[in-house]
Amino acid sequence: MARPVPRPDARGHFGPYGGRYVPETLMAPLGELAKAYDKYSRKRAFRNELRDLLTHYAGRPTPLYFAERLTQELGGARIYLKREDLLHTGAHKLNNALGQALLAKTMGKERVVAETGAGQHGVASATASALLGLQCRVYMGEEDCERQRLNVYRMRLLGAEVIPVTTGTRTLKDATNESLRDWATTVRNTHYILGSVLGPDPYPRMVRDFHRVIGEEARRQMKKQAGTYSPDVAVASVGGGSNALGLFTAFLDDKKVRLIGIEAGGTGDALGEHAARFSGGKLGVLHGTRTWILQDDDGQIATTHSVSAGLDYPAVGPEHALLKDQGRVEFARASDAEAVAAFHRLSATEGILPALESAHALAHLEKLAPRMGKRATILVNLSGRGDKDVESVLRWMEQHAPDGAVTHGNSAATHPAARKWAAPKTGPENEDGADR
Amino acid sequence: MSAIARVFDRCRDEKRAAFIPFLTAGDPDLRKTADLMQAFVDGGADIIELGVPFSDPVADGPVIQEASQRALSSGTTLSAILRLVARQRDRLGVPIVLFTYFNPIHARGVENFAEQAAASGVDAVLCVDLPPDEATEDVVPMLRKQGLDTVFLVAPTSDKQRIKTVNAMSSGFVYYVSRTGVTGARRELPKELIREVKKLRRRIDLPLAVGFGISTPEQVEQVARVAEGVVVGSALVKLIGDHAEAPDLAKKVESKIRELVTPLGR
Ligand SMILES: Cc1ncc(COP(=O)(O)O)c(C=O)c1O
Repeated sequence: MARPVPRPDARGHFGPYGGRYVPETLMAPLGELAKAYDKYSRKRAFRNELRDLLTHYAGRPTPLYFAERLTQELGGARIYLKREDLLHTGAHKLNNALGQALLAKTMGKERVVAETGAGQHGVASATASALLGLQCRVYMGEEDCERQRLNVYRMRLLGAEVIPVTTGTRTLKDATNESLRDWATTVRNTHYILGSVLGPDPYPRMVRDFHRVIGEEARRQMKKQAGTYSPDVAVASVGGGSNALGLFTAFLDDKKVRLIGIEAGGTGDALGEHAARFSGGKLGVLHGTRTWILQDDDGQIATTHSVSAGLDYPAVGPEHALLKDQGRVEFARASDAEAVAAFHRLSATEGILPALESAHALAHLEKLAPRMGKRATILVNLSGRGDKDVESVLRWMEQHAPDGAVTHGNSAATHPAARKWAAPKTGPENEDGADR
Repeated sequence: MSAIARVFDRCRDEKRAAFIPFLTAGDPDLRKTADLMQAFVDGGADIIELGVPFSDPVADGPVIQEASQRALSSGTTLSAILRLVARQRDRLGVPIVLFTYFNPIHARGVENFAEQAAASGVDAVLCVDLPPDEATEDVVPMLRKQGLDTVFLVAPTSDKQRIKTVNAMSSGFVYYVSRTGVTGARRELPKELIREVKKLRRRIDLPLAVGFGISTPEQVEQVARVAEGVVVGSALVKLIGDHAEAPDLAKKVESKIRELVTPLGR
């Protein structure tokens, strides 16, 4: 199995980031959780049980897919997609949810709580709970419940209780507040399945470790399918940063591989219009960890915006902050419009509907791939599938591009497939997508 | 000796517990906060816990969450709160504990904050989401350097080692969170509370104040038998929220405080 990553330090610090900034009530439970995680993650029985679940229940390994048509269309580097969208429940989130649910059960907890933004982590937690016989409650912002209705129903089908959160901005941040409050009240019999590489120690390292399998598989698959362990670039979207660290961790020591994380650029640069913590945030403390946070001058947490519910969060995982300082991971952003365009492009060229989160990583390809040689390779984490986002995209198109025109990159090009798909009002004569 | 230590000394001489009411600064606005703090003192407060509103108060139940939201909506900032303290502290004559989340302090720089808070007359700082583990290296020394007391929490979940750490890093008093959970008034105190406080009493060198969920004179009386300080928060914040626009808000609050301190023989 993989070598342990020597981060964070014993107190959960990634350099100046990370730590455990929680009310005293949660401090001893976090200590117990860290101890249990350190113990069981080394035990053969636990590891075998988790590996077994990942293989036979969740469907690992997920394929690595050479996206030939997308490669041709962008006209540059060869693009490989790590197909986490094909994991059971449709996103990478299940790797972590299964790991933590199994740990909770091993620790003798009867109940779990989880926060969710896009609903994918909630669905994954509900799924793992159904499988392992745990009671599950999911907190989800009211706004997210609306834009991800399908996932709300999925969670309820799975036997979870979904609580719409009506406080604050009614999104992921507020769902996280409620989860922490619930956990602080029920901690004796409850485990909190936190859904990204965020929160107090041990979460950032534990969630990373449960996702490391993504990059480890991809590395071997690259060797087999592309003839090299080392893609020239690996790209992933960064909400909290779990799918990104899941992919990147296997490549951190391989300095030939350039690592790029993509944050949500939203609709603009002003506070409240995006969720790009590294370009618009400041160092701060939220939800148990010290990291880059979108906030005002008075230290109040800012509202964020992204078309993608899973990236719509004001803080970024502390390990990403350290990796950025070290120059090991670069960060860029993709706007709502660019992500929606990439969503259309992948759907139409490859027959794969990507999650809007993953579409942010795909959007970056439009800038990156054409500038690279045809023998270069790019590995992209396709962290989830886009079925959950079809309604959001439809609504976005109706609001922003009623004629079906989608711009991507800085090129202001129009993607014919997108027009065709999103122009229900026009007749069949326009279906060839010709310029109007 | 700090003003807070002097209060607890005096209360010990008077053979009673100190009464420590809480309110959220800026709820409904800072002008009214000044009146309400005066009402607290007139009613018999020994120390005031002044809450700094935060956008994401994870340690708080709905009552204080809503108060924070009202305070932020009225434009309350940490700077304005410190200016208010500077104007009121001497007139009030009782110590003020700033009860806050860490990010607003972090945002202006801990050292900066410590200087400004001390200059304003703040007596102590309690950061709900800053356990002593993360405060040992810089926050505690920076606050102490300015003469500020550092109050930390003990919870029912705290083990022996944690209690030791809190005891070592606190000054002024130690705050025992009476229940595993968030702030908010409850009908009954936890059954095991009195036993737990007695046990904790032996492990803490400083005065011990108990809070979270205390809302009636009966509960104040029970807690006062075993602790040196009694904190009442949500019950007062709810009263303030319910009567925010009443012309006699301050009077209402003052008589509520009187009622709550009756069992302390004030
Ligand atoms: C498919 C998918 N990708 C990415 C994310 C973003 O989270 P993270 O940055 O932790 O991978 C989410 C979150 O909901 C998601 O559902």
